Amino acid sequence: MNAQREPTLVVGRLTTRFAGLGGAVTAVDEVSFNVAPGEVLGLVGESGSGKSMTGFSILGLVDPPGEITGGSIRLKGRELRGLPAREWRALRGDRIAMIFQDPMMTLNPVLRIDTQMIETVRAHRRVSRDAAREMARDALARVGIPSPDERLRAYPHQLSGGMRQRVAIAIALLNAPDLIIADEPTTALDVTIQAQILFEMQTLCRESGTALIWITHDLAVVAGLADRVCVMYAGRIVEQGSTAQVLETPAHPYTRGLLDSTPAANVQPDKAGRPQPLRQIPGMAPSLKELPAGCAFRPRCTRASTLCEQTPPEVELARGHVARCFHPLSAAEGLKS
Amino acid sequence: MPLFILRRILQSFNVLFVMSLLVFAGVYAIGNPLDLLVDPNATADDTARAAASLGLDQPLWVQYGRFLGNALQGDLGNSFIHGVPALGLIVERLPATLELAVVAMLIAVLLGIPLGLWAGLKPDSWSGRAIMAGSILGFSLPTFWVGLMLIMVFAVQLGWLPASGRGPTVDVLGVSISLLTADGWRHLLLPAANLALFKLSLIIRLTRSGTREALLQDYVKFARAKGLSNARVVGVHVLKNILIPIVTVVGLEFGSLIAFSVVTESIFAWPGMGKLLLDSITQLDRPVVVAYLLLVVTLYVVINLAVDLLYAALDPRVRLAGARA
Ligand SMILES: Nc1ncnc2c1ncn2[C@@H]1O[C@H](COP(=O)(O)OP(=O)(O)OP(=O)(O)O)[C@@H](O)[C@H]1O
Ligand code: SF4
Ligand SMILES: [Mg+2]
Repeated sequence: MNAQREPTLVVGRLTTRFAGLGGAVTAVDEVSFNVAPGEVLGLVGESGSGKSMTGFSILGLVDPPGEITGGSIRLKGRELRGLPAREWRALRGDRIAMIFQDPMMTLNPVLRIDTQMIETVRAHRRVSRDAAREMARDALARVGIPSPDERLRAYPHQLSGGMRQRVAIAIALLNAPDLIIADEPTTALDVTIQAQILFEMQTLCRESGTALIWITHDLAVVAGLADRVCVMYAGRIVEQGSTAQVLETPAHPYTRGLLDSTPAANVQPDKAGRPQPLRQIPGMAPSLKELPAGCAFRPRCTRASTLCEQTPPEVELARGHVARCFHPLSAAEGLKS
Repeated sequence: MPLFILRRILQSFNVLFVMSLLVFAGVYAIGNPLDLLVDPNATADDTARAAASLGLDQPLWVQYGRFLGNALQGDLGNSFIHGVPALGLIVERLPATLELAVVAMLIAVLLGIPLGLWAGLKPDSWSGRAIMAGSILGFSLPTFWVGLMLIMVFAVQLGWLPASGRGPTVDVLGVSISLLTADGWRHLLLPAANLALFKLSLIIRLTRSGTREALLQDYVKFARAKGLSNARVVGVHVLKNILIPIVTVVGLEFGSLIAFSVVTESIFAWPGMGKLLLDSITQLDRPVVVAYLLLVVTLYVVINLAVDLLYAALDPRVRLAGARA
């Protein structure tokens, strides 16, 4: 959607490395994608695949020994890499906001909600405390928090997990950012609240034209939410395309494997009416320290050939549908059985 | 909340009662004061009379009962040596010791928290390492040795500060304080620094480890993701969290500062309770020793209570739990 509009965010060959004692680790490896205003991009991958690191890199919040070592991050045409620390800080929480996975840990336990919201406003604009408090109350109301005035005076521990995550979302929305990075914000919550929050976030971003990057390892969440999907494996984007393209005709063997191991893909019983067993991708998610040469997925891939010992190229299978693989699945093969 | 306070106060009385038993029994075990008080050439009759007049001829439990009854009326007995109420003798010296302990704690806190924060924020910088190395020294060097060194350097060699004694005092509401004169401060500085050293090291380490731990927390990353300045992230988000354990420790350690001051006071001839205690022990002046110990225990208990309340004030999670209890 809105593919013609100027993208909010253009990430090109972004690379983030950790220089450790046991050798350097590339947590984000030449990652490229765009997000348009009002668009939802799903960033999917197993634990450790570099999803959060991609998000932190865009925010300029990679802690040493990590460092962005290459590529570009353009927000509304403005290059963020090489920006002085204070200018990047001015963008954080104002133009780019982030929501974290665990609502129990995100809010400062010893500060009241109002303090934590008002400071977010006042870090970026010269407004009075009262005006900032008004904005905070409006934001809480917008994310569906009942009696926001009362909640403002509460401490985090007085709110439920779902409520706290709504507060975190309200904080992200406070300054009407151009881009929100949501790092698995609903994984810690129960399913009903998860669905509510997903729906509300989607609506809020569509209405305001905010670009949304939704990080998750749950393909089912992506299916209902995202316009486009990027699949990450060992720091690289191995496949990206529209949600329909990636989920219905996956081209990368890893995406295929992920789909097979998602419970949602197995909900439909087979022809005999039995539920299908959950197929697991054989092998383990690799340690970034000892990645095989060439395609990182090689040890777990059923289609691997000697060719795969080289770095696989990006293959465009359809308009906007790209996979990084020597032997991508054809559309027919990729179709769900 | 009032219920919580009431319960803590009742607990405190229990502690005091048990302590009075222990202290009494413990002190009774030290020597026989009659050997010192009565002329060695005195007749058995004289000795018995002296014992009777001091109440030392009674069985231990009678002595304790009498002691407790009097204690409840604020009378901890007369000093065997000085013949005046023991409690009065101690309380007279209390301001000097408190003054020393408060200034020492202030030094420890006002230097320790910023240094600890710095070392926690920059653990790999040479300054951070230097701070930690210094705190290890502060931990491991014996107080009396450091005290002697301080005297050697600042009093003897440089001649900047007096080596011993307390400066001129000013009476404020009946309490004599030496903090109001420049000379008073000059006298106070060395002993306070000596006494502060160990606590300073402790606070530095506590602050540093608290800071390092807090920096890894999601709420700090989130605070940074909100675009807050470093000053606000550290000064509000980090500090407010690490202050909770620091306040607790500072409070609890304050009691031990008073106890530790015995050494410092005797090195610097500081006329506080500690010095009186040492003198009384060598003279087997039981009532004074008992009065000292009970007063220190009372201070401990009061400080503990204050720390609990402060802790509740700082940590909203405790506040709620306390209200429910
Ligand atoms: N401080 C660090 N030092 C070295 N490597 C690190 C460090 N932090 C992260 N990494 C590396 O970055 C990789 C990507 O981590 P990241 O948190 O982005 O994964 P993720 O996809 O978000 O996983 P999850 O689903 O578990 O959140 C990890 O595999 C890890 O090896
Ligand atoms: S490049 Fe080769 S090993 Fe890698 S996913 Fe494709 S087929 Fe498998
Ligand atoms: Mg993550």
